[in-house]
Amino acid sequence: MLLARFLGPRVWILIAALLLAAVLVPMANLYLSPSHPLHVPSYMVPLLGKYVCYALLALALDLVWGYVGILSLGHGAFFALGGYAMGMYLMRQIGARGVYGNPELPDFMVFLNWKELPWYWYGFDQFWFAAIMVMLVPGLLGFVFGYFAFRSRVTGVYLSIITQAMTYALLLAFFRNDMGFGGNNGLTDFKDILGFPIQADSTRAGLFAASCIALAIAVLIVGWITRSKLGKLMVAVRDAESRTRFIGWRPEYVKLFAFTVSAVMAGIAGALYVPQVGIINPGEFAPVNSIEIVVWAAVGGRGTLLGPVIGALLVNYGKTYFTAVAPEFWLFFLGGLFVFVTLLLPRGIIGTIDYGWETWRSRRRASREEKGESDDGEGQPLASPAE
Amino acid sequence: MAEADVTNRKPQDEVQALFEPQGVREEQTPRTDAEGHGERRPAAAPASPESAPPQAEAALAPIEEPVVSPHPYATKLREQRLAKEASGHARRDTLLYLDGVNKSFDGFKAINKLSLVVARGEMRAIIGPNGAGKTTMMDIITGKTRPDSGEVFFNGDVDLTHHDEAAIASMGIGRKFQKPTVFESHTVEDNIRLSLAGPRSVLEALFHRKDQAERDRIDAILETTRLTEKRKLLAASLSHGQKQWLEIGMLLAQDPELLLVDEPVAGMTDAETEETARLLREIARTRSVVVVEHDMSFVRELGVKVTCLHEGSVLAEGPLDQVSADPKVIEVYLGR
Ligand SMILES: Nc1ncnc2c1ncn2[C@@H]1O[C@H](COP(=O)(O)OP(=O)(O)O)[C@@H](O)[C@H]1O
Ligand SMILES: [Mg+2]
Repeated sequence: MLLARFLGPRVWILIAALLLAAVLVPMANLYLSPSHPLHVPSYMVPLLGKYVCYALLALALDLVWGYVGILSLGHGAFFALGGYAMGMYLMRQIGARGVYGNPELPDFMVFLNWKELPWYWYGFDQFWFAAIMVMLVPGLLGFVFGYFAFRSRVTGVYLSIITQAMTYALLLAFFRNDMGFGGNNGLTDFKDILGFPIQADSTRAGLFAASCIALAIAVLIVGWITRSKLGKLMVAVRDAESRTRFIGWRPEYVKLFAFTVSAVMAGIAGALYVPQVGIINPGEFAPVNSIEIVVWAAVGGRGTLLGPVIGALLVNYGKTYFTAVAPEFWLFFLGGLFVFVTLLLPRGIIGTIDYGWETWRSRRRASREEKGESDDGEGQPLASPAE
Repeated sequence: MAEADVTNRKPQDEVQALFEPQGVREEQTPRTDAEGHGERRPAAAPASPESAPPQAEAALAPIEEPVVSPHPYATKLREQRLAKEASGHARRDTLLYLDGVNKSFDGFKAINKLSLVVARGEMRAIIGPNGAGKTTMMDIITGKTRPDSGEVFFNGDVDLTHHDEAAIASMGIGRKFQKPTVFESHTVEDNIRLSLAGPRSVLEALFHRKDQAERDRIDAILETTRLTEKRKLLAASLSHGQKQWLEIGMLLAQDPELLLVDEPVAGMTDAETEETARLLREIARTRSVVVVEHDMSFVRELGVKVTCLHEGSVLAEGPLDQVSADPKVIEVYLGR
């Protein structure tokens, strides 16, 4: 009961749906015969898993954009860095099974005539180490970037531009062969993860389930942060930053906290994504990827927990559909969608529904108060920006 | 008051004498200079009883002995320290002390040799035509704008020019903006909660738990600002006047020693204006308040000392009747 009030019933439905999906989709894939109407074909499991990772990424962006008002156009970079950290682990799992059969060096290094492993590849043969790096590297970049940007009070469009510049700079860097991350081709040809063959249906089912659980946990964490006093402060910073300074808060630290947490979440999303799609290359740093994330959150409704998840799932389903039917139109469609949402649905799908609901409720409350009835709304302020 | 200052200092100096080399002890001459300099009193504040009259320091002047400097650098340091101390004495009992403050924007002098003293517990009204620099003065006090030159001290010896907005707010200076700024997407109650004095760390906010003491304080503030009925409503849904009160409530929640209130009754109905005057007088019983306002009947209702600003400096200061009878003030207001 207390929990239901804490996040609102809709969020619990979302979490339940995710946990249910984590169980049912793998079962429908593994145990139902292909002729069964509810059978989930094998190609679809990693595809759905990919959507779930994108939803996690959109939620990460929503934490900074929807709640703190930082429009990051560089979140793809954190996602890609998490993906690369996982990719490095997967590369080292290949061992001597590569084309060149070198037990130590990944194929692309042998190809480049490298004689030994660069120092920054050390430790990635251990899963626990890679798992830490998946969070640490994006988190650290987010922290350092945010520290300088927020401390110098860079805001608004300038901040958006430097986040784009950041991901673009990383794109260029990762394209270089001598960076030691596989250059143009990136990291691919993975064999197994934690000893399980990466192409096997059961492994993919496991990865899908892991993605759903990660997203459910992220929803809980973001829900907890945004319902705390800190979350209220975040929204206050979003709406009236200078006011928060004059009552003694330091908005730069609020932003830094959100940005760092968000970068870590994006990194985790990337790490779950890479084994399911089987490749990570510098293309993930492309500025347009980061912009797509913004579109997902905008379509679903920023500043809500549900919105970015719904938005990411819908838009990516649309993308899969469109790129199959009319691939040359996808980018136009995406651009059109963004314009449409910005102009006609500025609150996004969930935000619009919430707004209509709140308006209706406050009208009802007002008319009831007129009739002299007591209002029963305690604990349910009209405020909380939608669950 | 002035005598007290002198006698207070005597024993101190004697104690110092025990610990300091003779040569340094003789460094009294520059001190007089320094104090004379420090005594360049804010021209606008002759009437405030808390500012020591110049004679107080003059009493120390006659000590003139040949200066045998031990080392030029040490002499200089001592000079600076004494000068600092001297001006500290003049400021000691003030809550807010501005002296010779200048600020220009692209060559335009928004604040021009502004000097102003507010005593502890005082309520002061600041009037002046649009563009007189009233808001800019508040920006300078609250750390939003750095002055080009001049002294800005809080509580006698805290140099406000060395601190930022958040630090100054935490020291106990609260500010209400000219345009009401509240957190529109939060409830009235949460607006107050976010402003309550207390730790300002991110982690504390994350793990913060509401408790009864906090609830009581919020209740009290809502009661004072007459917003109890509206506590669950979004701040966005408040009327203009209610937003102004909410902002004053947020100030109170900070529990500041000094409140700076910029045009609190702009856009208010007469009844609301009257209510606001009552509220501010009530607040002024326990805190110092500086109110900027155009509305003369409101200022009259406050019944406090008035400072008239014009072109970034003080034009006149005193009781409202005296200030409004001042030909310079009349010219500024009517000559426009
Ligand atoms: N940040 C700024 N940049 C440029 N000019 C400014 C700035 N702040 C204030 N001014 C100018 O300083 C003058 C004083 O403004 P202000 O302090 O707002 O006056 P008041 O509050 O007394 O009406 C105005 O002419 C205004 O245009
Ligand atoms: Mg003004």
